[in-house]
Amino acid sequence: MLGKREIMNKELIDIAIERLSYQLIEKHNKFESSILIGLQPRGAFLCKRVLKKLNFLLPTIDIKSGNLDISFYRDDLMRRDHPIEPDIMDINLSFEDKDIILVDDVLFTGRSIRSALDAILSFGRPKTVELLTLINRRFSRHLPIEPTYVGKTIDALSEEKVIVEWKEVHGVDRVLMKKNT
Amino acid sequence: MSILSVNHLLGIKYLKPSDIDLIFKTADNFKKILNQPIKKVPSLRDISIANLFFEDSTRTKLSFELAEKRLSAEIINLSSTSSSVKKGETLLDTVNNILAMKVDIIVLRHPNPGASVFLSRNVDAKIVNAGDGTHEHPTQALLDAYSIREKFGNVNGRKVVIIGDILHSRVALSNIYCLQKLGAEVRVCGPSSLMPKHLNSLNVEHFSNLDEALEWCDIANILRIQLERQNLNYFPSLREYSMRYGINKKILDKLTNDIVIMHPGPINRGVELSSDVADSKHSIILNQVENGVAIRMAVLYLLALKKSN
Repeated sequence: MLGKREIMNKELIDIAIERLSYQLIEKHNKFESSILIGLQPRGAFLCKRVLKKLNFLLPTIDIKSGNLDISFYRDDLMRRDHPIEPDIMDINLSFEDKDIILVDDVLFTGRSIRSALDAILSFGRPKTVELLTLINRRFSRHLPIEPTYVGKTIDALSEEKVIVEWKEVHGVDRVLMKKNT
Repeated sequence: MSILSVNHLLGIKYLKPSDIDLIFKTADNFKKILNQPIKKVPSLRDISIANLFFEDSTRTKLSFELAEKRLSAEIINLSSTSSSVKKGETLLDTVNNILAMKVDIIVLRHPNPGASVFLSRNVDAKIVNAGDGTHEHPTQALLDAYSIREKFGNVNGRKVVIIGDILHSRVALSNIYCLQKLGAEVRVCGPSSLMPKHLNSLNVEHFSNLDEALEWCDIANILRIQLERQNLNYFPSLREYSMRYGINKKILDKLTNDIVIMHPGPINRGVELSSDVADSKHSIILNQVENGVAIRMAVLYLLALKKSN
């Protein structure tokens, strides 16, 4: 049996993105040494939305951004049933001494973020790395990794799956909780 | 993600066009990684690779080693000059002893054609053929075709002439298979004595005149005269070969089209290629070397993934 329920709709996602953008401005001010990095594939959509909102709120400031692919940095490459399709690595700047804001849609076990931290270090030694996530799944971490900015925190069972759908791919913005029983 | 249809890379003959396409797409990703400040990824840290080189090699060996190191694989190297092969040990015994040390992938260069096919049938490891006698050199053909794809956007429809010693060249055979699978038109050029008998069965035409060949092609892949493989005299002298088939700037300047010059190395400067051509804007020889690492990373990565599936 397949059960699905919506935990965020478009309006709630928009509100969360606006709030997250204000929180980023509060911390990073003019984004002089800050770089927004979307984690491929799904974090890139959120990163684009946040960037759009920031550009609207700070029209005179050029905020640097890029997309990070972690396929070759994962620790489960040889253990997976199906190989991962590598995505586009779209980073044309050095991270040396920069403040990196890593953006992903869902924080679950923390393993993707660990791989992303490895990948980030390949582009230089950043001053700081923060994590922005739309959904923070509590009580499911395999590693001591916590987000800096959170859209919504949820408690979900380990057999439940949280899916963030974006208009660009699925035709609608929403967050679903799917239960496989 | 799709996976390779083969368990080993023994030759281009055994690959499907979709395999070549997958290798190229994966190499695109690795090429980006090779341009990062830190060029190493942890992808193959669970994998052990043995490089067995029973024949001399510079760039292939270095390129494989660098590819393996950049994928974080554990590597061991063996060359025939410093091993028990000198004491009379068979290839199978040598390899089985290495496999007892838990090695996952073997990169093999061997003077005997078919050595890697033989090994793949007799040992439990992934085999990558790094050149087997006069048979195949698949990673060289892949990096050559990849360099053409990079230069022109695609390989399909391109006219490629392979010039030189086709008879003794594993690069030529692998290139013919690879380029034809990708839709290019391939012809060869050189003295008739250096052409293999089975050329017609490969659907490849032969130019004996260099000027005609260069006027026809978009890309000229120039091969080295393999003096170490020639027990007979296939042409009167190197000087005569150079006069009839050597490429210099004067010859290129006479052509109506700009052509791209490739060479798998090592170059015999002044024999098959003059320095003013090898170092000119026509040449993509160093791009080939650079692409070699990305292609070999892609091949090793995809074969290692195949193992776990």
